[in-house]
Amino acid sequence: MVSNEEVSSIIDAYPRDRRYALAVMQDMQRTFNYVPENGLIATAEHLDCSVAQLYSMATFYKALSLKPKGKHIIKVCDGTACHLRGANNLVTGVKRELGIVPGEVTADGEFSLELVNCLGSCALAPVLVIDGVYHNKVKIDAIPSILKEHATPVVTQ
Amino acid sequence: MTPTPDMTKILVCCGTGCIANGSLKVARAIRDEIVAQGVAATLDLLVEETGCSGMCEGGPIVRILPADIMYYKVRERGAKDIVASLGGDPLKRLLFKDARGERVTAQSENPFYAAQVKIALRNVGLIDPLSIDEYVARGGYEGLKRALAMTPDEIITEVERSGVRGKGGAGFPTGRKWRTAAGYDNYPKYIVCNGDEGDPGAFMDGSTLEGDPHGVIEGMVIGALAIQAEEGVFYIRDEYALARDHVQRAIEAAERAGILGDDILGSGKRMKLSIVRGGGAFVCGESTALMASIEGRVGEPRAKYIRSAERGLFNQPTVLNNVETLATIPYILKEGADAFASVGTETSKGTKVFAMVGKVKHTGLVEVPMGTTLRTLIYDIGGGIIDDRPFKAVQTGGPSGGCIPDSLLDLPVDFDTLKKYGAMMGSGGMIVMDDYNCMVEVARYYVNFLCEESCGKCTPCREGLRQMHAILTDICEGRGEQGDVELLERIGATMQDASLCALGKSAANPVLSTIKYFRNEYEAHIDERRCPAGVCVKLTEFTIDPEACTGCGACLRACPTEAISGAVKETHVIDSEKCIVCGSCREVCRFNAVVTEGRRA
Repeated sequence: MVSNEEVSSIIDAYPRDRRYALAVMQDMQRTFNYVPENGLIATAEHLDCSVAQLYSMATFYKALSLKPKGKHIIKVCDGTACHLRGANNLVTGVKRELGIVPGEVTADGEFSLELVNCLGSCALAPVLVIDGVYHNKVKIDAIPSILKEHATPVVTQ
Repeated sequence: MTPTPDMTKILVCCGTGCIANGSLKVARAIRDEIVAQGVAATLDLLVEETGCSGMCEGGPIVRILPADIMYYKVRERGAKDIVASLGGDPLKRLLFKDARGERVTAQSENPFYAAQVKIALRNVGLIDPLSIDEYVARGGYEGLKRALAMTPDEIITEVERSGVRGKGGAGFPTGRKWRTAAGYDNYPKYIVCNGDEGDPGAFMDGSTLEGDPHGVIEGMVIGALAIQAEEGVFYIRDEYALARDHVQRAIEAAERAGILGDDILGSGKRMKLSIVRGGGAFVCGESTALMASIEGRVGEPRAKYIRSAERGLFNQPTVLNNVETLATIPYILKEGADAFASVGTETSKGTKVFAMVGKVKHTGLVEVPMGTTLRTLIYDIGGGIIDDRPFKAVQTGGPSGGCIPDSLLDLPVDFDTLKKYGAMMGSGGMIVMDDYNCMVEVARYYVNFLCEESCGKCTPCREGLRQMHAILTDICEGRGEQGDVELLERIGATMQDASLCALGKSAANPVLSTIKYFRNEYEAHIDERRCPAGVCVKLTEFTIDPEACTGCGACLRACPTEAISGAVKETHVIDSEKCIVCGSCREVCRFNAVVTEGRRA
């Protein structure tokens, strides 16, 4: 749950102008991993528009989500070049390891998987990005070790 | 540090592709080696992180000037030898090997670069994108100075005479667009840079913004002077973090240098630039949707019975230009319209930047004169198909474009020619496919992409795409029926006629062009329940040809499901129960022994 104070610290940085609606929500998405309900309500108040208008934006733009994403975000690029060079296999590989399909979060909230549009690294296809780190020319058998590299280390007593 | 003409420059490519390949570490390692080896005492040296130098496949790329030595696939461990060799002979092992196996030193000796003519990309890969001094040293902001001495009408006339057309794909004459907006006596006016490059498989605009932000800023200011706007907005897509960062820092540098702000270079003219970060919606590349998005609304297009030039952003006269177009403008003003018009074809002047990707040997960013043939692009510059497999098709123009077969490879690429054949040049994405790519699946891929990206406002696009997707999925999964292809054609024709915006009108192109040129593949899927390319999982069964198999074991090691068995030097066998048809075995087999017979459903 995100507190109202955290929400307003983001909103107050922007002038009261409707044109900043997308930017405000993108900031929330980056900070909280999603756009919380109280965030939508407070933004609507600040920008003097309806919650429904913001809701329509939050569901329209892919960069925004109304549900929290995983701690580590796996992005499998499905741009044309990656698609032709086997992006689908990477999705299969992640599914075999973590049991999630694109759009889902693992039960422990560690990973979420997204199939995304072109990331602009077509020359290195297929590309898989975890927490902003690019993995190039990934083959399906490399996925377990890549996931391990990014997983939160388990602390044993 | 300001560079001097005779100093040795080490340019490390830090475009998105090379960074992903570790070029930032290479740059750091080179700097460390320079200190460790103490070469700075005898050599006047400068190490720079530049924008995309083009040949992404060979990254990370390091280029040494003025000697013009170009190194490819440089790793951190190569830094030591590179620094030690400065001033001496080039390191042979890091040079490019051409088709004859000869090592070549200079950039121009590499066939990938030899046929290119750089106008929009004139600085990309050559300068530190964040250094305004370097931009100026290469003639930057000269075009702006010339524009400041001209009337708006003179600027527009110059741009009209150059013949430059909008490079986002539509090819609308830029000068005419500016003249229309200039004609309205309604202020404020706006100029918008469309950096929402959403076509999957395209990265021209992102690379330009990253590698030469001042070039685009200069184009924006010149355009603003022409239409008498005082405010401009960069709309840059969500995924391009590096491009946004570079543009932001370049705007700040230009403000400090007095190029932006309340008194442009002492002329008394004003200009303010800002960045809006896209929300990750493909349709926002459409002009009216993009403007809606800047205004803080859902990015839906509107019918354009009133042009944006009359009522665009915030309902005011607005000019929206693509990144590449804007990057070209300073060149036209500095070198003159005639210099620009001397390149290209009769109706398409100048150059075009392409992102060439897919199954081509040398993937990367290229800029060639308009009218260059597809064959030159793919075979001379791109070096042909990976593993010398047969070429099947090239997809141009992104999801709105079409697939062009082998028989049309000698077509000149410009705004008008490809349209006659059901494709389009588009914004410059060029995806090369070989015989291992299934054209029905490619069509399904684009329709699936567009299904998700259609804003849903008009019915032909929204419902047409959904129906097409359902039919194509059926065909790919072995449930295709007689009449499906004809139905796809009918739906496509309706979408072309009745959709609201360019996205919907062109959305059927990938389907219609693959039907036109690869109808036999559709028929194989429907009539024979077989995917000839071995891509559609339910219509493919891989087997190993005992005649061709040498028992090397490469496929066995590559198989993620342990479906392949066989002793060394004996024929291997695929267990179809365990096989997930990922094609890993076929990819690694050097003997073309993995074959597909089809039929599994």
